Amino acid sequence: MSTGIPHQTRLDADSRAWLEALAPDAPDRAAAITRLHELLLRAARFEAGRRRAALPHADARQLDDLIHQAADDALVAVLAKLPTFRGESRFTTWAYKFALLEAGVKLRRRAWEGRELPLDQEGRAPIADLRPSPHADAESAELIGAIGAAIEAELTSHQRDVLVAVALNEVPIDVLAERMHTSRGALYKTLHDARRKLRGCLAAQGLSIGGSP
Amino acid sequence: MSDDRQLVARLLGPAEPEVSCETCFEQLDAYVELELSGADADARIPGLRAHLQGCPACAEDHASLLAFVRDQG
Repeated sequence: MSTGIPHQTRLDADSRAWLEALAPDAPDRAAAITRLHELLLRAARFEAGRRRAALPHADARQLDDLIHQAADDALVAVLAKLPTFRGESRFTTWAYKFALLEAGVKLRRRAWEGRELPLDQEGRAPIADLRPSPHADAESAELIGAIGAAIEAELTSHQRDVLVAVALNEVPIDVLAERMHTSRGALYKTLHDARRKLRGCLAAQGLSIGGSP
Repeated sequence: MSDDRQLVARLLGPAEPEVSCETCFEQLDAYVELELSGADADARIPGLRAHLQGCPACAEDHASLLAFVRDQG
């Protein structure tokens, strides 16, 4: 039987059995998909258990629906990505990450459902909380002050809003991506570019920032 | 780490070169298995640890996968 599985010398027996059972022409494919869904459901349930405290208002049924949606979406993703599995981990570890990602994203979004993103009077991510604590040492206080000035002077409006929302106001990046109609990867790229610009600016002022930009 | 230093770390992110969110997700399963086997995951998959330090969402995904796989034995 042709499985369409590329030769993978590192593939362990269990992973190979999964790939063979999930191959398009495998006779027991439906049963394998059912078993896979059960694994993904277990992972999604685990994730929901870890994050239960962040969802005090979600009842058991809502949470169960979310867990099933995460497992369903993860199953679709795993089957679609199956040809890309390279055997660099066990198949189950590879598959679990899809369920944990789906569940994590859904749970973070659920926790922020109905909540407005923090905005200042000008409709921008508020930077007012960027100040050193009363116990800050002189070096940290100077650095935080310089970072605040560099954020306002050096970053584009978009870079500023993403950096302040994610790094200062701790808005989950998935939630911000959904509200900004973009992707987590695109937002992280913006965050990365903003941080790089800040590091360059601080280094140019001779401030110690713990590493090169 | 003090609150002030944590704040600076969140704002400035990692100093080292880091992978993207997409690459992090692609390599997360292999990275976690290397960690659990006691191998030097950071040397085998450079840039991923730095990304986890800079990206709270990927760090959560990593912590969950590590805990779940460890839990599964």
